[in-house]
Amino acid sequence: MSRKLLSGDEAIARGAWEAGCRVAAAYPGTPSTEILEALAEYKEVYCEWSTNEKVALEVALGASLTGARALAAMKHVGLNVAADPFFSAAYIGTHAGLVVVSADDPGLHSSQNEQDNRYYGLAAKVPVLCPSDSQEAKELTKLAFEISEEFDIPVLLRITTRIAHSRTVVEPAEREERPLKGYEKKPSKAVMLPAFARLRHVDLEARYDRLREYSEKTPWNRVEKGSSDVGIICDGVAYQYAREVFPDASFLRFGMVNPFPSRLVRDFAALVRKLFVVEEVDPFIELHVKALGLEVAGKDKLPRWHELNPERVRSALVGEARPDRTKPEEGLPNRPPAMCPGCPHTGMYFALQNQKVIVGGDIGCYTLGALPPHNGMDTCIDMGASITFAHGADKALGDSDERRRIAVIGDSTFFHSGITGLVNVGYNRSDVVTIVTDNSTTGMTGHQEHPGTGRTLKGTEVKPVDTAALARACGIDKVVEVDPYTVKQTRKVIRTVLKEPGPAVIINRRPCALLIGLKDPPKAVDLDKCTGCKTCISLGCPALTMQDGKSMIQATVCVGCGMCADVCPKEAIA
Amino acid sequence: MNVLICGVGGQGVILFSDLLSSAALSVGLDVKKSEVHGMAQRGGSVNTHVRFGPKVHSPLIEVGTADLVVAFEMLEAVRYVHFLSETGRLLYDTYRLDPLPVKLGMVERPDDDELESRIRARAAEALEVNAFGKAVELGNQRVQNVVMLGAVSRHLELPKRAYLQAIRNNVKKKYVDLNLMAFEAGAELAG
Repeated sequence: MSRKLLSGDEAIARGAWEAGCRVAAAYPGTPSTEILEALAEYKEVYCEWSTNEKVALEVALGASLTGARALAAMKHVGLNVAADPFFSAAYIGTHAGLVVVSADDPGLHSSQNEQDNRYYGLAAKVPVLCPSDSQEAKELTKLAFEISEEFDIPVLLRITTRIAHSRTVVEPAEREERPLKGYEKKPSKAVMLPAFARLRHVDLEARYDRLREYSEKTPWNRVEKGSSDVGIICDGVAYQYAREVFPDASFLRFGMVNPFPSRLVRDFAALVRKLFVVEEVDPFIELHVKALGLEVAGKDKLPRWHELNPERVRSALVGEARPDRTKPEEGLPNRPPAMCPGCPHTGMYFALQNQKVIVGGDIGCYTLGALPPHNGMDTCIDMGASITFAHGADKALGDSDERRRIAVIGDSTFFHSGITGLVNVGYNRSDVVTIVTDNSTTGMTGHQEHPGTGRTLKGTEVKPVDTAALARACGIDKVVEVDPYTVKQTRKVIRTVLKEPGPAVIINRRPCALLIGLKDPPKAVDLDKCTGCKTCISLGCPALTMQDGKSMIQATVCVGCGMCADVCPKEAIA
Repeated sequence: MNVLICGVGGQGVILFSDLLSSAALSVGLDVKKSEVHGMAQRGGSVNTHVRFGPKVHSPLIEVGTADLVVAFEMLEAVRYVHFLSETGRLLYDTYRLDPLPVKLGMVERPDDDELESRIRARAAEALEVNAFGKAVELGNQRVQNVVMLGAVSRHLELPKRAYLQAIRNNVKKKYVDLNLMAFEAGAELAG
């Protein structure tokens, strides 16, 4: 079969398909989203967008325990959500292979932290595989299924953004069909009552010991002999950077970084005069190497934050001064990401401006509303934390602060983990006003379906969840809907609701402009009527700018949504 | 060969680099291409790295080693000019798209003359390509990226058929003809 350029995500999907995977589940999250999108293209694999990562992992575990090879994919913070079943799954083990993909995001390209999920393998006693390009991502996905079955354990495939979103050359192979293995009830293995779980823990330690031996011998942990001056131990994409900077060094590269192969490392250390560990973010390998009593340089030189790249490795370990011509130009205006032209979130944030509120924010495109001109968010913590933060703040502040405690949460995030918070508001009664910014899609990750859209990942039409009815069922009596394109009306509705005590939900409903490809005729400013008051500018629309004291609409950017016309006090935009 | 492509989210930087990397793949080279998705893409500064040759390790280009920097916007050209090697070449669109903080009046954007003199001071060779203008002329501003690709093709040693095939394989059917036209127009601009 001919060579293909695949992203790491696509290569993992290809590997899962080739390995006979039958069930896959995920919640979209950058940089992991494209794994399930690519896998869903193969008709042999049942794929779903689960409501969150815990659900996805449990779905995959359910499939594995009943005899189907299964995969769950998530971004690094998703594994926090799925941590509960992840730890139990290590005790229970698998029947057919179970692979959990964690896509970490060193550099925080699109995340709230840069945690290093190799530690999850250590904590849960689960093997961790870490590819360094797309071909390896495919091969290690297949190996992960094999290990999972041979050692009765889920396998964590840990990638990073530069693996997930780099396209490198892949040699595709055929699918090896894996029929269902047949299900037998085994309560002592799968029911984690304390009496059973105690035994499973002992069993897990035995499996982990065997895995340690495997890690010592697998060809995926291998020495590439070069000069005996410098020896470099590394995993994942760090290998590629180090190879670039040290073309002549000796390498010990890990495709399987947990359990840690101590003997292999000792033997390698004996071959070289100077030992470096090159790894991203945390000193995971380095701690293990130091525990062996070996002298090694690593995070004393390399940064412990943000992603590596060739120049960071070079300046940390080679230390030569960089020529001036390679330093970035200074004094340039930043170009932070911004909400798109026609984005319904801009209308909602405009409506919130100058209201007396403390805003618990959440995760999605609308998190950009924390930036100017809206400054519309007090916190953004994790998926679903808008409502629960607001509830906690409400209980703490009571009458001592006149600012109303509100939550801003997107539709997909609401289904992910907002619902439990809303039930809590209804049950434990707070005055939290929850704004669900419903744009009929999972926007930030590139338009995935969710329970409210009425369509599944595989394209099946289903009954959409009725957010308003759900809110009422949670004990929220006041539920109103409004279209954020009618900005002034939205502001009025929010004002009215904020004045009344008791929990409330406001659903801002308008599809994402990118989703529907909105491109209506552009609006224009009547320069005779425009007084340059900048009201429209404070929408934060990328099509609007000031020119010679008047507002100006860039016709090539404008999509004609009309929100600026709605807010203009002089009716100068049409 | 190291090619860094930069612009603003939505300008088609990613499709450009997909086309360039498939063209390089089709002539039997090793190729790596790196990009970012998600929040980084929403109207922010976007860059992709494309590397090809007999064997490529790092998916990222080291600063000071790019043979070519391709910029879809002038401010972005200056932002990434330090990636150029001593003999590297910059191809940039003079198109101007102000960042939101500039539109909001929070910061000033250096004027185009200043940007240009900064480019000239840093790049061994810098060539203007009015790709956006040409795309508008062709009736669809979204082909700015493929006009640019046409221009870039004049500065790389990949055969023309490799680009054309990449366009046919990667672009939606109904836009293939428009994109082939855009490619030719771009090649002419640079010729």
